[in-house]
Amino acid sequence: MIEFYFLLIFMIVAAVVAVETRDLLGVIISLGAVGFAQAILFLMLQAPDLAITQVVVEALTLVILIAAISRTTRIDTTKGALVTSVLGVCILVFVVIATIQALRFLPPFGEPLLRVSEFYFENGLWGTGAANLVAAIILDFRAYDTLGEATVLFTAALGVMVILRAIGRKGK
Amino acid sequence: MREGMTLIVKTVTRIIVGFLMMYGLYIILHGHLTPGGGFPGGVIVAGSFILFLLSYGGKAGYNRIRKSLISVFEGFGGFVFLAVALFGLGAGIFFWNFLGKGEPLNLFSAGIIPICNIAIGIKVACALFTIFVAFLLLKEKD
Repeated sequence: MIEFYFLLIFMIVAAVVAVETRDLLGVIISLGAVGFAQAILFLMLQAPDLAITQVVVEALTLVILIAAISRTTRIDTTKGALVTSVLGVCILVFVVIATIQALRFLPPFGEPLLRVSEFYFENGLWGTGAANLVAAIILDFRAYDTLGEATVLFTAALGVMVILRAIGRKGK
Repeated sequence: MREGMTLIVKTVTRIIVGFLMMYGLYIILHGHLTPGGGFPGGVIVAGSFILFLLSYGGKAGYNRIRKSLISVFEGFGGFVFLAVALFGLGAGIFFWNFLGKGEPLNLFSAGIIPICNIAIGIKVACALFTIFVAFLLLKEKD
């Protein structure tokens, strides 16, 4: 269990570094550290599907983000106001207290409240014929979710094309 | 802008890009048997295209891409996914697994799941590649 806590602390530190660093390339590298630590965490929790997805999406995101900062600027020049910092600390204290209160009501690790996962375990292989239970769930039992995900991706590509289009844009 | 990266990067890319795409296709096609599936496999395929574009520079790759083909493929992926769902509706239920289940652990098994995986893989690869090409397009304009 100790390696979980080590990875979690590492992720928190990397996330704080990502928020506080001024150099945007350093920010992106810190984000990558968070993402890959997350992938190792998924692998240790025996979720290889999620780990593969996390690794490839993280790598692609880093490439796109680096492409974005190489077009624009590398140094973050925004200045934080005192009011924002005080407000942030207040919200942080509130969230920490609320989380500690909420954690007492959670079921223990590995014992989900919903009974639907047992149905998937019992019927996944013979109900769908797919040896990979994750594929059986996301493409058969809950294919609606996957349809929504495909729509989200389509909308994202459409939005990027609309914002960055060359045709039809008004001249400077 | 210098055309692409150094000779080392270009050579390594030339060797590796085919294997990378093959690995992505493997993950898509075996999505119902091993970890992976349409989404990560599609991202890996898109990553192989992006690797090619990055190492060989914008212009060399950009002229070889047919933008209309990408959009046709993306529409095709989404259409196949929806069509499978609608065929299921014809058999009674939206997304009903109407094909034969086959023998588990075989490549040709699990009914509609491999078809959906392939459709999602095509769609994800095209969408992510479109997003990257849009960034490249912005760069060419400036």
